Amino acid sequence: MRAKVIRRTQASPAAYVFLIVVLLASAFPLWWSFVIGSKDAAAIVQDPYSFVPGGHFLQNAATVVTTVPFWKALGNSIFVSTTVSLLVVLFSAMAGFAFAKLRFRGRSGLLVFVIATMAVPTQLGIVPLFIVMSKLGWIGSLWAVIIPSAVSAFGVFWMTQYLQEALPDELIEASRVDGASTLRTFWSIALPAVRPGAAMLGLFTFIATWTNFFWPFIILDPGNPTLPVALQQLQAAYFVDYSLVLNGVVLMALPLIVLFIFAGKQLVSGIMQGAVKG
Amino acid sequence: MAPRAAWRRRLTRADEKASPYAYISPFFILFGVVGLFPLGYTAWVSLHKWSLIGGQGAFVGLKNYTDVLGQPYFWNALKNTVSIFLLSSVPQIIIALLIAAALDSNLRARTFWRMGVLLPYVLAPVAVALIFSDLFGDKFGLVNHLLGLVGIDPVQWHKEVLPSHVAIATMVNFRWIGYNALIFLAAMQAVPRDYYEAALIDGAGRVRTFISITIPQLRATIIFVIVTSTIGGLQIFDEPRMYDQYGLGGADRQWQTLTLYLYQLGWTQKNFGRAAAVAWMLFLIIVIFAIINFLLTRRIASKGSR
Repeated sequence: MRAKVIRRTQASPAAYVFLIVVLLASAFPLWWSFVIGSKDAAAIVQDPYSFVPGGHFLQNAATVVTTVPFWKALGNSIFVSTTVSLLVVLFSAMAGFAFAKLRFRGRSGLLVFVIATMAVPTQLGIVPLFIVMSKLGWIGSLWAVIIPSAVSAFGVFWMTQYLQEALPDELIEASRVDGASTLRTFWSIALPAVRPGAAMLGLFTFIATWTNFFWPFIILDPGNPTLPVALQQLQAAYFVDYSLVLNGVVLMALPLIVLFIFAGKQLVSGIMQGAVKG
Repeated sequence: MAPRAAWRRRLTRADEKASPYAYISPFFILFGVVGLFPLGYTAWVSLHKWSLIGGQGAFVGLKNYTDVLGQPYFWNALKNTVSIFLLSSVPQIIIALLIAAALDSNLRARTFWRMGVLLPYVLAPVAVALIFSDLFGDKFGLVNHLLGLVGIDPVQWHKEVLPSHVAIATMVNFRWIGYNALIFLAAMQAVPRDYYEAALIDGAGRVRTFISITIPQLRATIIFVIVTSTIGGLQIFDEPRMYDQYGLGGADRQWQTLTLYLYQLGWTQKNFGRAAAVAWMLFLIIVIFAIINFLLTRRIASKGSR
């Protein structure tokens, strides 16, 4: 009985107070941008520090969606993030399958190479990447955003680890004895086994792609942006009028907030299982 | 029948031999084309006169490097980058450890608290930058208003160097503290509970236990978080870019970081040669910083375990 008591320190009231403060700090900036984004400029001048929302949210939103190509940007962000997530998951599952369950020359060396490349700041290759894209005639194209993000060394590492644990070698062996080809083994045994790990990887890749700004900002045209790029255009148009800029912030954050409500639990356990920054 | 079986066996052999390479090749080919090749080719570009519009020009050796190093802007950007990095990484790790410790106790509604600290992670850095740029407004910002309530004069967050760095570091901290707290929490839960029991019997308090048991046990995780935040932090672009509408890092480049400087060289001045030179130097700086941090944390953490 004594051991049970000591197993974990009982949460003190101080811990709760501290966490409440942390939670308020996490949620406040979003609440604040809703407050400002729902007022008109006059109301902000009158009482700039009120925490109570105004009644102009939809009116402001109507201005935002006509100032920047909002619907186009939303569609682009959904398309780009979904495609990148699917490609990363597919390529990572394939490579992870080979590293975890197949025998081949150079396996351990190549896996070490993959792990080492996780630390390479590939963002610094943007100058040649831009030259390549302009040679291909891809400047302004969504594929110029998708293709460079379609591989992730972290994804390969994650899937290799996941498959090592989730898929017993005996299953692979049995399928081979049955005369199944490698492709068939991958498709009907490895892929189903890897589904939970793949969902997690897809989720993190989706968020990372959705929030990505630097490269899309460089390569995309103003008329065909993703959401973060459109947000920059909104700022350029209305920097002094925060009611519109922060209204745009809320509009563009909404899809991920909804995702967070449904998948937040998975995100928490994904990070705790060893996910790293995307 | 026999030849067919032999054919089949040969096919299976070929499948087993070649397939592994087929499965890893999409990753390696694509990574080579969009990851490694551009990084290496950056060195080639940096040795030439190279314009965004005109393309490749004459070979100029190390001239792009000496030109950049001879300008005060490079050193200014380096200083800003390091300052913002320190202001964001040090408090980030400390606060994340404290939050993790609070989450590690026996809480009611565990998942609620864990999700709560993670909320900022789903906001894009661009969005975070816009919100905090308002909160840190020089004239009517909420932060200055609150400071005024306790008798502190308004701070020029968008004009003075150090305050602008504090504001940008706050954005980074806001987005990543909760995320890192969960990583630390996972590591804390792996610490064997009898260690704590032993400390309790020895009469050690909560603080003492945290410093002499929890921290040393988290050594590998702390190193990991510090190294990844070094790699990301030194490349910071989104937050300083969005801190005002001009995107140059301030009227006097008060918060121009190296990546912002690189962007300005390459896409505003259209000088790809110099931009590539900055990219390569930033790459080296990141490597050096990562190694220093690794060695430093290893020493500090192992000292703590004594």
